[in-house]
Amino acid sequence: MHFEPSFQKRYHKALSDPAMIKAVKNGTGRLRGQRAASIEAVGPERWMAFRDRAEAIRLHVIQHLDQYLEQLVDNVLKKGGHVCLARTGEEAVQYITSLAQKKNAKSIIKSKSMVSEEIHLNHQLEKLGCEVIESDLGEYIIQLAGETPSHIIAPAMHKNRNQVADLFNAVSKKKLSTEIADLCGFAREHLREKFLGIDIGITGCNFAIADSGAITICTNEGNARIISALSPTLVTIMGMERILPSIEDLAVMLSLLARSATGQKLTVYNTLSTGVRDENELDGPQEFHLVIVDNGRSKLLGTKYEKVLNCIRCGSCLNACPVYRNIGGHAYGWVYPGPIGAVLSPLFQGIDKFGELAYATTLCGACCFACPVKIPLHDMLYALRNDKVELENKGELAENIAYKGWSATFASMSRYRFSVRMARRFQFPLVKAGKIAYGPPPISDWLKHRDMPALSDKFFHEIWPELNKDRKE
Amino acid sequence: MIGGGNLKASLFITCIADLMYADVGKSMVRVLKRNGVDLDFPEGQTCCGQPAFSSGYYKETAVVAKKVIEVFEKSERVVMPSGSCAAMIHHGYPTLFDNDPKWKKRAEEFVAKTYEFSQFIVDVLGIQDVGATFNKKVTYHSSCHMTRLLGVEEQPKILLKNVKGIDFIELPFAFDCCGFGGTFSMKMKDISAEIVDEKVDHIIATGAEVLAGSDLTCLMNISGRLSRRGSRIKVMHVAQVLDQGGGKNAF
Repeated sequence: MHFEPSFQKRYHKALSDPAMIKAVKNGTGRLRGQRAASIEAVGPERWMAFRDRAEAIRLHVIQHLDQYLEQLVDNVLKKGGHVCLARTGEEAVQYITSLAQKKNAKSIIKSKSMVSEEIHLNHQLEKLGCEVIESDLGEYIIQLAGETPSHIIAPAMHKNRNQVADLFNAVSKKKLSTEIADLCGFAREHLREKFLGIDIGITGCNFAIADSGAITICTNEGNARIISALSPTLVTIMGMERILPSIEDLAVMLSLLARSATGQKLTVYNTLSTGVRDENELDGPQEFHLVIVDNGRSKLLGTKYEKVLNCIRCGSCLNACPVYRNIGGHAYGWVYPGPIGAVLSPLFQGIDKFGELAYATTLCGACCFACPVKIPLHDMLYALRNDKVELENKGELAENIAYKGWSATFASMSRYRFSVRMARRFQFPLVKAGKIAYGPPPISDWLKHRDMPALSDKFFHEIWPELNKDRKE
Repeated sequence: MIGGGNLKASLFITCIADLMYADVGKSMVRVLKRNGVDLDFPEGQTCCGQPAFSSGYYKETAVVAKKVIEVFEKSERVVMPSGSCAAMIHHGYPTLFDNDPKWKKRAEEFVAKTYEFSQFIVDVLGIQDVGATFNKKVTYHSSCHMTRLLGVEEQPKILLKNVKGIDFIELPFAFDCCGFGGTFSMKMKDISAEIVDEKVDHIIATGAEVLAGSDLTCLMNISGRLSRRGSRIKVMHVAQVLDQGGGKNAF
């Protein structure tokens, strides 16, 4: 997909696509409603206790990440796996493409992996002549459309079933209706065939368990389980922070992840896959590679943004965000959209390129309350704005001047009172029946969609003496 | 002396109420005095600093915040007609002075005595019924910073529900943002308009005659959109509703 560098252009494109916005509103509305119902069932107080526990687990892991990474790597090696520690996306891609070449792979089947989207893996494998097939239904849809995911857990949320039917009909031998059962039936049939001829399987990773080396993958379609069972060579890609100490911690995280993401008590398939196939085992890979990707994560350790590494990619903050619900995911411009993307994109890809995402939020704080691991996204959005202005000196010139002026005026009562009286004196050409409907910049920005009250005939500080005349000091 | 109570408090009117909603200030003064508060209005107050803080201009905000802290240094309690301005003080001020222990301490003392209007009435005065009468169908928008940052959720609704004659209807998705977001409403006006339209649709669907709220900037956004869409729904601050009908505590 073409990357449009201006956020403004991207979101205007989104706003002018009513079918997409309707699909996103439906999708987020459904997920949000289901999540709320599942929390109601658990009980809000128990839910808070769950979140506290999950936050503590994630904080502990992030604070001891070196130790757990070492333990994880040791255990994967012990179980016959190979490990690649990739500092950058390029290193990870390099490792996987070399492996594909070595195996002379023709057919590569993937389950959903946001990290693989982050490092643009598919494109590089296709360049080698491999057929890369996305087996997650949503990923398969957007692969056919030549698009990127618009939601962390529902990558094709922005499409409606008519659009999906068009995409499927372009590759289907028989004509499909727009019925969801028909569409799913086609995808199932089509992908089943592909599963039988896997050369290399690639999966994502929800959680890697440090003390056993097990990789946990949660899917509702079972596709990742088939891939881990049937691939002769299996590659799992994970962000370096996606570790849990032990399987007890997994119990907490799985129930929190499912409820936050979709409102399910548990995801349908929770697969734990450990190392290579033993002689007496019927399935599992003969060769296993774990690719652990840093790609900007480790530089956040020890900073005020460290807690963003708590994220378990449930997508709950997207559904909670009024901005996401009204522009969808593609407008954010990088792989992670919504509030988490507005924080991760500038941190991973630079404030220069993505700093304006920190302003793509009303600062309503709904994301922090939706977050199962209590990432203070709201505080981080403030901090990013402050970093942009003060640390990187990248504030807009007009704003720099305006806030210097504001500060000088509002720190003094007499300057404040003088300037607001001047403003009131000169507002008269704009005021009609106590309201302003048209005006020059910058208030024209406000007035495009809304009216504005005029400044009062008498300011409160002017009527206070009258209100207070009976008061004895 | 009006009110006659022993409880002293200082009014921090906030810039928006001072300049655009003086009537809200008047209602607030009347309601508080009727309910026994000895209210003063310290000279020198301007703005809490939220616009600059939210835009990332912490240095500029700190200059104004120090002035605000000084102005209210002698006040026993401070009461404000805005949830987000109170939240700015509660959350923003300690952040601003993270690296300045002397001012951080002064900021924390200020935080400890600062209340939003409905919070002050219910939690400090211990009053749940101010004795107002208002024969209208009213719904209420829960502003984000007041509920999520300040943690004040039920107090304004308790007060409204106890108004005589009121037909109070819960607003669906009351906790969803109205799309204001400070400079967001101007910088990303077209997204903001979509969000406020959702809010306005929900408000209209309740059939309410009045939308009440506790945060004047949210109300300015919602009423501005209602007005542009030609709606006749009246937008009022909670203080204005509580000021209706004089009431049993009227002097």
